[in-house]
Amino acid sequence: MAQKWGKHQFDLKLVNPANKRKYEVIVVGSGLAGASAAATLAELGYNVKCFCFQDSPRRAHSIAAQGGINAAKNYQNDGDSVHRLFYDTVKGGDYRSREANVHRLAQVSVNIIDQCAAQGVPFAREYGGLLANRSFGGAQVSRTFYARGQTGQQLLLGAYSSLSRQIGLGKVQMFPRTEMLDVVLVDGHAKGIVVRDMVSGEISRHSAHAVVLATGGYGNAFFLSTNAMGSNVTASFRAYKRGAAFANPCYTQIHPTCIPVSGEHQSKLTLMSESLRNDGRVWVPKRQAVAEQIRKGELKASDVAEADRDYYLERKYPSFGNLVPRDVASRNAKEACDDGRGVVASGLGVYLDFEDAIGRLGEPAVRERYGNLFDMYEKITGSNAYKNPMTIFPAVHYTMGGLWVDYNLMSNVPGLYVVGEANFSDHGANRLGASALMQGLADGYFVLPYTIGQYLAEVGPDDRPSVEGSEFAGAEEKVRGQIDQMLSIKGKRTPTSFHRELGQIMWDKCGMARNKAGLEEAIKKIPELRAEFWENLNVPGENGSLNQSLEHAARVADFLEFGELMCRDALQREESCGGHFREEHQTPEGEAKRDDENFSFVGAWEYKGENQAPELHKENLVYEEVKMTQRSYK
Amino acid sequence: MNLKLKVWRQDNADDVGRFEEYEARDISPDMSFLEMLDVVNEGLMGTGKEAIAFDSDCREGICGTCSMVINGVAHGGQKGTTACQLHMRHFSDGMTITIEPWRATAFPVHRDLVVDRTAFDRIQQKGGFISVRTGSVPDANAIAVPKDESDLAMDAAQCIGCGACVAACKNASAMLFVAAKISHLSLVPQGQPERERRALAMVKQMDDEGFGNCTVTGSCEAVCPKEISLDFIARMNREYGRALIKKGTI
Repeated sequence: MAQKWGKHQFDLKLVNPANKRKYEVIVVGSGLAGASAAATLAELGYNVKCFCFQDSPRRAHSIAAQGGINAAKNYQNDGDSVHRLFYDTVKGGDYRSREANVHRLAQVSVNIIDQCAAQGVPFAREYGGLLANRSFGGAQVSRTFYARGQTGQQLLLGAYSSLSRQIGLGKVQMFPRTEMLDVVLVDGHAKGIVVRDMVSGEISRHSAHAVVLATGGYGNAFFLSTNAMGSNVTASFRAYKRGAAFANPCYTQIHPTCIPVSGEHQSKLTLMSESLRNDGRVWVPKRQAVAEQIRKGELKASDVAEADRDYYLERKYPSFGNLVPRDVASRNAKEACDDGRGVVASGLGVYLDFEDAIGRLGEPAVRERYGNLFDMYEKITGSNAYKNPMTIFPAVHYTMGGLWVDYNLMSNVPGLYVVGEANFSDHGANRLGASALMQGLADGYFVLPYTIGQYLAEVGPDDRPSVEGSEFAGAEEKVRGQIDQMLSIKGKRTPTSFHRELGQIMWDKCGMARNKAGLEEAIKKIPELRAEFWENLNVPGENGSLNQSLEHAARVADFLEFGELMCRDALQREESCGGHFREEHQTPEGEAKRDDENFSFVGAWEYKGENQAPELHKENLVYEEVKMTQRSYK
Repeated sequence: MNLKLKVWRQDNADDVGRFEEYEARDISPDMSFLEMLDVVNEGLMGTGKEAIAFDSDCREGICGTCSMVINGVAHGGQKGTTACQLHMRHFSDGMTITIEPWRATAFPVHRDLVVDRTAFDRIQQKGGFISVRTGSVPDANAIAVPKDESDLAMDAAQCIGCGACVAACKNASAMLFVAAKISHLSLVPQGQPERERRALAMVKQMDDEGFGNCTVTGSCEAVCPKEISLDFIARMNREYGRALIKKGTI
């Protein structure tokens, strides 16, 4: 296993340096994976076209990652190694990821930190000038590198700076405010895309030798999530409709430390970094009556005596305590609230308390570590977390599923590559904290730039079709047809109202806990909602100018189909694993119960046409290095 | 609470634009400012009107997308707060709120409150980077950076590129933005080889884009959601002067 990536790199075909400039690669998305891929491909000599829907590549949602990035540097001398990071990631993913991909991820993790430090990313440092680390959920070593609570921002700005350099050099042509609406296949190979200029409404075609999707996750299928408002599944889903298999769509991560919902107006949820669990203690009152008084505002957290508090994570998982993986922490919060011990008015919230840490370290030290998070918390809730404990509740945060890719990160459609959160490969059924940034940059800086060479060398520099071909014309016509249809319905309901209703179905039936009856109900309800969408949608305005309702409607249209696929996948997976918790499959203690004999596979769905049931393909997961065991964080 | 909104509407860059008035009814104090606008937009669309176009994405104050002048102040005047993090509990029933786009020659209006900030990207493309190829780097701990300098670099590096500094400045100067980037990279050892080149190239592009100059009123610092210090402009001026001398230009 340890040699596999090195050997594979040697076996990959190379493109002659002088020939690289004869190739064109399209990169869709400019987050950590997209920006790092586009910059690195351009450095190698390829011509790159990069597209993003934001007004600048610097604003992709990677920017919002707070806590940090893992790397097996062992700078703390606490026994970390590539093998340990590999092992932790496979275990954390509940044995549903592909072993070889994870091992490679752990290997290149060390290069990422070197790369980012050289770009000038201002990582936290010790007084000796060397890099500092913190620990994170699901690990017992301190391997997380960070830049205050803004690690994603700083890493993205690093990748953006490399991308900007290549734009300045003319090797990357950047298309901001441009949304991909279809991928174009020529003779079965991905050879281009159709996009819409979001300012002018102009639809255009772009061809290339290969297409890379770095378009992020699909958490907004739930309407409320920690994703950005614009995050969507459209690029991935339209690739799926062109034949790319969608793997494990039911694997969604519910993050335990988000600010609870405050009302119906809520447009998104805000995450408080998981790093807070290093020093914050999670608790609810032991007795329901006390919780009830808190909910009514008759008692405050500080009125509850130590003996009346239930630090349930510390009680149930003494060796990991508050640092259990995200899925475990989330489910336990739900359990406490279902038990009537929630501490916010809606009943859906638990405490995250820093009293101990402030007593032990002093307020300045806590401020130094988490100051911006405490500030953010106060802005949103109006409450000072240095004085009162935070209230938190789980929210949809990350999606482990994504387009199926092989070891080269190529989908089953030749020439179509998928990197970052948009692919499925590295996190299995649950992602560990500080591993998303690692995977995005691993794919973009250190994996794709090598592996794409194999395909490009095979097809040769002449294999770039003209955009005048019938495949491009057909794709453009389809895109225009859908836009015209959405504008012509002139019904009563806004895209947001459909999105919100879909989100409620997804959260209720395909959220933190799922069961057969609920999923079957969702699979019946979603097509009904979709039918109403196409009859009763209201999109004012026109295509020929900036029209945010139209943009949103197109994304909701895709979520309305994709949500059903998520439910189908959750229904077929008759086991609990990681973020996928089927109520029928749990241990007597209420922990997730895997079924390795029957479900140790990647479920990859193939599109079969409008209103046809998709077909499930199975990639069996074989573990050579890591022995599959029941996860235990006790 | 109920509010009256005066919102800038403009169909495209060539349109003259005008204020239009709307009612915002039953607004909860827990809503963010943008959620209040969402509610107003849903109402407008219900009557067949086009929604007020405004930019937002992360809605947690870090992507720098949201950009509006609220009652004459960029991002609305709460210290260190973007419009998306501004909550309605800071407003009171019956108020009239005026909402406008960033106004600067270098930021043409696309529509309503949405402006074109690609000038910032073009400044970055001229020198807002350290030229390192992927893979061609030493071990991260081979470069020691004194903690104080690293922390100061981070203070500058946390700029979110929203453009509020430009919107607040009577000269529409982008100096706080450019200073943040130049300072960050000139403070760390990795940035030294390109120090002079970077300062000259970025300042030149800033001028070419049509941003004004700094007259040190400090309005940029006052509205900056990341509270980037005006000191960095002094540092940028020093970097620029130093570069001119070193390059023998003066």
